Amino acid sequence: MTMVTAKIDGVEVKVSEGTSILAACKSIQVNVPTLCWHPDLCATGACGICLVKVKGKAAMIRACCVPLEQGMEVTTRDPELVKARRTVVELILSKHPNECLTCSRNGSCELQSLAADFGIEHNPYPQVRFEYERDESTKAVVLDQAKCVMCGRCVDVCQNMQNVWALCFMKRSIHTQMSPPGGIKLEESPCIKCGQCSAHCPVGAIVEYDQTQEVLGQLVDPDLYCVVQIAPAVRVAIGEAFGNAPGNIDTGKLYAALRRLGFKGVFDTNFGADVTIMEEATEFVQRFRDGQGKLPLITSCCPAWVDFMEKYYPDMIGHFSTCKSPHAIVGTLAKTYWAQKNGIDPAKIRMVSIMPCTAKKYEIRRHEKDMYASGYQDVDISLTTRELARMIKQAGIAFNELPDETPDALLGEYTGAGTIFGRTGGVMEAALRTAHFMLTGENPGSADIKQTQGTKGIRSFELDVKGTKIRIGIAHGTGNVEALLKEVEQAAQKGEEPPYHFIEVMACMGGCAGGGGQPRGVTSSIRIDRGKGLNKDDKQSKTRFSHENEAVKKLYDEFLEHPCSQKAHELLHTSYSAKQTYKR
Amino acid sequence: MADGKNDKLKELAQKQMAALDKLCEDHKNRHYLIRLYTCDAIGCHSGGSSDVIRSLTEVINSHGAMEKIRMVPTGCMGLCGKGPLVRIEADGVKPAMYKLVGDMLARIIAAEHVIPLLKWIEGGRKGEFTTSQFLKDNELCLDLPFFTRQHKIVLRDMGHADPENLGEYLANEGYDALKKALFKMKPKDVVEEIKRSGLRGRGGGGFPTGLKWEFAAKAPLVEGEKFIICNADEGDPGAYMDSCIMGGGPHQVIEGMMLAAYAIGATTGWIYIRAEYPLAIQRLETALRQCKKHGILGRNIFGSGWDFMIEVRYGAGAFVCGEETALMASIEGKRGSPHMRPPYPTQKGMWGRPSCINNVETLAAIPIIMRQGADWYNKIGDEKSRGTKVFALTGHAKHGGLVEVPMGMTLREVVEEIGGGTDTGNPVKAVQTGGPSGGVIPASQFDAPITYESLNEMGSMMGSGGLIIMDSTDSMVNIAKFYLDFTVDESCGKCSPCRIGGYQMLKTLEKISKGKGEIADLQKLKDLAFAMKKASLCGLGQTAPNPVVSTLKHFEDEYTTLIKK
Amino acid sequence: MEKEQEDQVRTAAKKWAKQRGSLVMALHEVQGALGFVPWDAARIIAEEMDVPLARIYEVVSFYSYFKLEKPGDVVISICDGTACHIKGSPGLIAAFEKDLSIACGTSTEDGMFHLQAVRCIGCCGLAPAVVVNGKTYGKVKPPECATIVKEWKAKMKDKMKDKVS
Repeated sequence: MTMVTAKIDGVEVKVSEGTSILAACKSIQVNVPTLCWHPDLCATGACGICLVKVKGKAAMIRACCVPLEQGMEVTTRDPELVKARRTVVELILSKHPNECLTCSRNGSCELQSLAADFGIEHNPYPQVRFEYERDESTKAVVLDQAKCVMCGRCVDVCQNMQNVWALCFMKRSIHTQMSPPGGIKLEESPCIKCGQCSAHCPVGAIVEYDQTQEVLGQLVDPDLYCVVQIAPAVRVAIGEAFGNAPGNIDTGKLYAALRRLGFKGVFDTNFGADVTIMEEATEFVQRFRDGQGKLPLITSCCPAWVDFMEKYYPDMIGHFSTCKSPHAIVGTLAKTYWAQKNGIDPAKIRMVSIMPCTAKKYEIRRHEKDMYASGYQDVDISLTTRELARMIKQAGIAFNELPDETPDALLGEYTGAGTIFGRTGGVMEAALRTAHFMLTGENPGSADIKQTQGTKGIRSFELDVKGTKIRIGIAHGTGNVEALLKEVEQAAQKGEEPPYHFIEVMACMGGCAGGGGQPRGVTSSIRIDRGKGLNKDDKQSKTRFSHENEAVKKLYDEFLEHPCSQKAHELLHTSYSAKQTYKR
Repeated sequence: MADGKNDKLKELAQKQMAALDKLCEDHKNRHYLIRLYTCDAIGCHSGGSSDVIRSLTEVINSHGAMEKIRMVPTGCMGLCGKGPLVRIEADGVKPAMYKLVGDMLARIIAAEHVIPLLKWIEGGRKGEFTTSQFLKDNELCLDLPFFTRQHKIVLRDMGHADPENLGEYLANEGYDALKKALFKMKPKDVVEEIKRSGLRGRGGGGFPTGLKWEFAAKAPLVEGEKFIICNADEGDPGAYMDSCIMGGGPHQVIEGMMLAAYAIGATTGWIYIRAEYPLAIQRLETALRQCKKHGILGRNIFGSGWDFMIEVRYGAGAFVCGEETALMASIEGKRGSPHMRPPYPTQKGMWGRPSCINNVETLAAIPIIMRQGADWYNKIGDEKSRGTKVFALTGHAKHGGLVEVPMGMTLREVVEEIGGGTDTGNPVKAVQTGGPSGGVIPASQFDAPITYESLNEMGSMMGSGGLIIMDSTDSMVNIAKFYLDFTVDESCGKCSPCRIGGYQMLKTLEKISKGKGEIADLQKLKDLAFAMKKASLCGLGQTAPNPVVSTLKHFEDEYTTLIKK
Repeated sequence: MEKEQEDQVRTAAKKWAKQRGSLVMALHEVQGALGFVPWDAARIIAEEMDVPLARIYEVVSFYSYFKLEKPGDVVISICDGTACHIKGSPGLIAAFEKDLSIACGTSTEDGMFHLQAVRCIGCCGLAPAVVVNGKTYGKVKPPECATIVKEWKAKMKDKMKDKVS
């Protein structure tokens, strides 16, 4: 690797060629202020805050998108730079509503902290206000253009990272805006509700559709019986809202907090994940060994991915696992199995799911029949990790001081296989552990299938199951799906053997750990830490195989008979249909 | 088999060359007693030159004299403010030019000047032909400084040649420079020649053209490709040089582009032309068709073994697309948003291929420099700014139009002599150069020479060539507001200093011009100008405050008067 | 969109899809045929050229040349380049606005006239200049604006008559 040597504020630095000035500055503990820059994304220099001076150049230079060159002499601080950066911040503030106190990003807003850092007490520039309509049409992700600072992160995420193209830049000049194309609503666009835009937005311009007030209302309604479930990835991320490190396992405190909030039944989506594995591994074995159905089998527990496939790859519908996602399974079972066992009128049950995801808000209504398999809406409200954190804070619950509690019986017990659903490759690893058992009658030598782990956008490998080779593909970030599916399509066109037998797709980078509903400020390293937390949870579990979950066994014995039984199909499976990318 | 193919190619090239030679000879051999030039550039064309040509033709036809008279629709004759223009030339006879020619006047000119002149010549006469007093009153004096003080190099053929006539271009040494380069010079010799000529980019920046070519020549092909791009997206709202050069000398631009392509090793040429110029587009596309038909573009050009093609793409009304990275994004089918450099286009340009972007006027100068030599060219003009520059002299100019002057000429000469002062009779207050990126220069500084450096020193810039004369009644605050309004609307919206800074600046100016300003607003304008200049991503934003800064510098009293009101 | 127009759009998109760097060209051709770029046309271009619709709208809404709404039948373009501005184009804009009772940048209710200010059209010698459906009027004075409107009203009336008969 070629190295370049240069001077930053008189300090000599040596970095590899192509390193941005911004990164080079970080290497010597200089954090040049930024707004639009994000480590996940391509630096564009849109905001104009990370200004530095380079000897010999008249204009100031954006540190984020200019590489350090051999012999450069960079200045990162002098009165002129501070003045220019400050004016830029003031200008951005002048085109921002500055309604910080009533914004959901209050306290976690990147522009707010920038304004604080620059000590802006009075803005010399008058407020510029245009009328924008708040777009709540998806009931999952909300666009509030008035607050947009035109950093371009969401557009980059939507177009390049996710390959969805629901958001774009419209118009130009001061009238430039990020929005769906042609003035349509987000709901009419190809938006898959993954919420990565909201996870990357530095301000409150894209947020989750907040349903905390609705839940609070239900919790105090004496006629209702409120129950709740938490998704795998929530437990390793919610702590961040309370000062804990990403990846800290806060499961016990979460159960406790939910009870304090007033939920009468506290379940775990991980239980549902174990059930999913029973169904999906059976489905896989049926297709792989018995030739019933198309190969590759593609996972379907990510609702954003399901929406993406229904819009962009309807031809692949036959490849999808018909098994519902874990939280939908827990929802259905709560209003059937659990309700019967406990003698509670399912009509009175309100099921809330706490998810790392904004698309789950959409999933609970995505199919008019299948999502009401219990006879009622199986999951009534889905809240994001961020919303739950706010509810806990509003309730004044000292989260970190809570005792560790356990979940309620029947729908609470989980295995290590269930918990790793929350990271990329986890569903695959869990499914393969059980598929191995189903195919061979014994567990694999080690529960760990290391090839499923890692952070590469696309991972593929061959698993040897006692001489039988299973070809596996894993993708995360919908932007990475195309390449994988193209391979499958091309092989099919040529009449060749499918290149994969089993494919896992998660719409968000890192899987649910990096979900669009998780605490803000996500970066690659945070996603990795959360994933590590889940792996740790897996390793310390009593059992790491879904088929060894006692509660799951009981469920099949007492209620569903066996995986993929007719009853299981009625309650736990769903169907898919081609969807228009644009509803206009 | 390969040999057979080669033979065929060779044969085709020979055939094409022979056809071209014939085209050229045919043109040279046609002799006419009178040449009747009608300016058919955009200004005169819009003023009705097609009707003028029709009327002239009708009358001449009715006398059965068409065989002896060459009717030539030409490129810009220069004095656009007095168009449509008609010029009558004959060997040994003093030429005459008519101004503001309409349908009626055209008929009278044909009947009472052209036809009698023909008979007069056929009678063996030479010298000065006399016409009626009425016609004399409609004539333009060709001894005006407007005509005599110019130095036409790039505009050499404008007003004297039919832009749609390839034979005529060939007869005027057209494509000779290209042949010379292809057969007698190595690419690096061409680069060297242009370097030595001292030619600098005429699009506004003034970057040495030869140096840019050298960078581009050094860049290796990417996936077998390298591009030469002609920037014909003339966006300055008061300048139309490129439109006239394209429309009046399309072959000159094509030849310049081909020489550039040969010099830097480009595989394809792209012309990015403003969609609002349908006439220039039409002339350019005609010329390109001719080139393709005659093998000037395509495979094995002139039998040299060199292949080259040119593609045309239209702009769509975005001033910022004059910026190189934005222009390339636009051709790529994206928003015209600039990106930070490096990488420079000559290293990594359109679709990642090395791309060299030159402006129309720059490219139009190339064939002439190559024909006459760098030594000839670099003797013209000023030490650091060689050659000539074309200006669109407009506003309150008495004699407004397209002019070409040697660099180093003083503003006074251009404004007062060539331009003849103001059309209102009021004194000249200032000129504006450089369009929305430039500034105003007060009359007190008119003795400064026109060079890149001196215009910069005065707070303006060369720009693409708009030169607007303002008289004592023109408000400087208004002119600043006009330009800022333009750049604010044209901001691509990507970077906040330009997007919001410009808007805030405009609002402040509007406040001042409504008489609601405060003295503190002047400081606010200066602060915003500083931030925009320093922190904007591209040239548009960095230079957008110039009209405000320069009017504040030279005419602050006009601001304070408005504030005190 | 009518079938005939749909075919026009599809043909244009298909033609340009084969060439690179051609989205703007396709949009030009579509606008040339329809007078603007409606939603349905954008959908067809997206489909035929295999470009995300979002990209098409990014482009079409960026460039001032493209129209997303149907303009009036008679498009009055007042040149507001520098030369025309200095020579009085603001006065012409005001006069047309008054004569047509609409704001610059909009169309009359009956859809007959569209009024717009444009950047330099390159006829600085004719400043201030006005272009109406391709016909250029040079050195226009504000009182002449009413005459121009009358002229085109009459023209449109004749055209309607021709259509009816």
